[in-house]
Parts: sequence; structure tokens; C-alpha cells
Amino acid sequence: MRMELIQPFINAADAVFSESLDAPTKIVDLSMDEETYRRKGVAALILIKGDIEGRVILDLAPEVALKVASHLAGGAVQEGEQIARETVCELANMVIGNSVTLLNDQGFRFKVFPPEIHMNDQGLAGGAETEAMVICIETPCGAVYLNIAMQYLHRRRRERDSEPVLD
Amino acid sequence: MPQFAALFRKDNQPVRYLVVDDSVFARKNLIKMIEMFGGEVAGEAGDGLTAIAEFNRTKPDIVLMDITMPQMEGIEAVERIVRQHADARIVMVSSVGYQENILAALQKGAKHFVQKPVKPEVLYEILRYVLSDDPSAVNAPIALAGEHRS
Repeated sequence: MRMELIQPFINAADAVFSESLDAPTKIVDLSMDEETYRRKGVAALILIKGDIEGRVILDLAPEVALKVASHLAGGAVQEGEQIARETVCELANMVIGNSVTLLNDQGFRFKVFPPEIHMNDQGLAGGAETEAMVICIETPCGAVYLNIAMQYLHRRRRERDSEPVLD
Repeated sequence: MPQFAALFRKDNQPVRYLVVDDSVFARKNLIKMIEMFGGEVAGEAGDGLTAIAEFNRTKPDIVLMDITMPQMEGIEAVERIVRQHADARIVMVSSVGYQENILAALQKGAKHFVQKPVKPEVLYEILRYVLSDDPSAVNAPIALAGEHRS
């Protein structure tokens, strides 16, 4: 597991939640996982393909998603599956967008696929070859889980471009 | 909740906004901020094509435009709107803030860029700056959001 590929996602998640909720957040648990990921609440799965490849899962309990939604809306929101899905989807977009910005500015090029929201009880994409890092972030609204499996597929553009050309 | 001096057009009417984002949740969040700034929502759109139609229908003072959207992305929508309305004031609002995206949007005619999650005080300053190409707006007396001048 390459920490330089994982760190931008952790930093982005930390920044997105602390800025969105106007309160400090804390990483309370960090572990490696080789099993198929078991969802804890409403999960957004985002696939990345290109110079780096893998997937990121952002996972929140429905009640945590509703608390976040209420905070962002500036008042109580109506409980429901749709608002939980919308909230997790937008949070995932923000986390991925911010981390992609960091990785892109480092010279990596890749495609990010739109978040797939999972609310059923099945496990999410993963396998024996997929070593993932699971991070639990404590926020004022409750725990948020981030599961990241990422690997290099190609060298970044900057390294390719600087390589001397041999005749 | 911070208080903001309301932003007005030169005819003393509230600034009218078109909010473009495929996430209803994100649109609600931006609309909440617009109300904090004393603005009015002229229209909403969830994709670039609808944004163009809504722009032509509502003629907003400011467009808040997401980048990644279905059917037509925000940067293409900016290009098409600015081609028809050279004076359109469009602020890109996206979680993807890498340099290529920002430059592409500015080259197509966007006035500014703000990265999600949007902080009200950051968006407010950007809107003030974008509206400042109208000299009478800069010199106009300020009032708290929610108040209307007579």
C-alpha cells in the first residue's frame, strides 16, 4: 500500500468534514483490510482508472448522514433514504474532488467515475488482491468511514516526460 | 451564523442567481448562502443544457456553475452561454479544483472559481469581486442580508 496515494484522500476527507461541519475532526482508527468491504451505512463507491487505479468508499450511518445534511441545510431535514443518498453522494464528490486536485497537480492523470451509492447488505468491490486501508474519522455528527484501495498502474506524466529519449 | 451585507444590483434590486449543479443537495446549500447574501434565486438547473435554457429564460445577474454534470459539463455550458452573452457573470463551483480545470473554465469565459466545500465568506468575497465590474454596485451603501433598500 502506497501511503503517498492514500494520504491525499485522508487529507481531503478530513478537510471536507471539518470545513463542512465547522468543527475539528479526528482520525480515531486506521487499519488494513483484505476482506470484501462490509458496508456500515450508506456507502458511496468511487472507481479511479488511469496512472493510478483503485477505489474509494465513503461510508456513513444513515443517522450521521442526516445530521450532516441538517447542518449543511442550516436546519432539520426530513428523514428519508433519498436525503441520505444525496448527502453521501455529495460528500463523496467533495472528498474525491479535493483529493483528485492534489493528485492531478502532482502529475497523475486518471478518470474518476461517478459515485455508486450502496444501501443493500451485500459486500462491496474487493478481493484477495485488494488491500485496503480503512480510516475512521470522528466528526461532531458521528463516525465516518473511508476505505481506500489504490495502486500505481503507470508512472506519472512528469516522470515519463523527463526520461531521456534514446535513439 | 455569520451576517453578510446584502449585495444589490445597480437598480437597488436583489442580485438574481442561476444555480447549476446536478446535486439537489449542493443546490440547496448554495441557495441557503444566496439567501444569506440577500439574493434571489432566478432559476435552477441540474445539467449544462438546462443551464443554457434557464439562462436565456431568466437572464440572471450571476450563474453559479458546477463542472462535472451529466449531458453537458459546466465548462462547455460556460462557453455556449458566453458566446451568446459576452457579459455573463459565471462563477464555477466545483470540488475538482486542479489547474487545468480552472484555466479551461476561465479561458471559456468564467469570471472566477470556488472549490467545494464552499465557505459562505469565501463565496461572498468572490461575488463581491465579480459584481465589482459594475461600479455602481461597489459604491452602493450596504445593508444586512434580508433587508431591502427603498
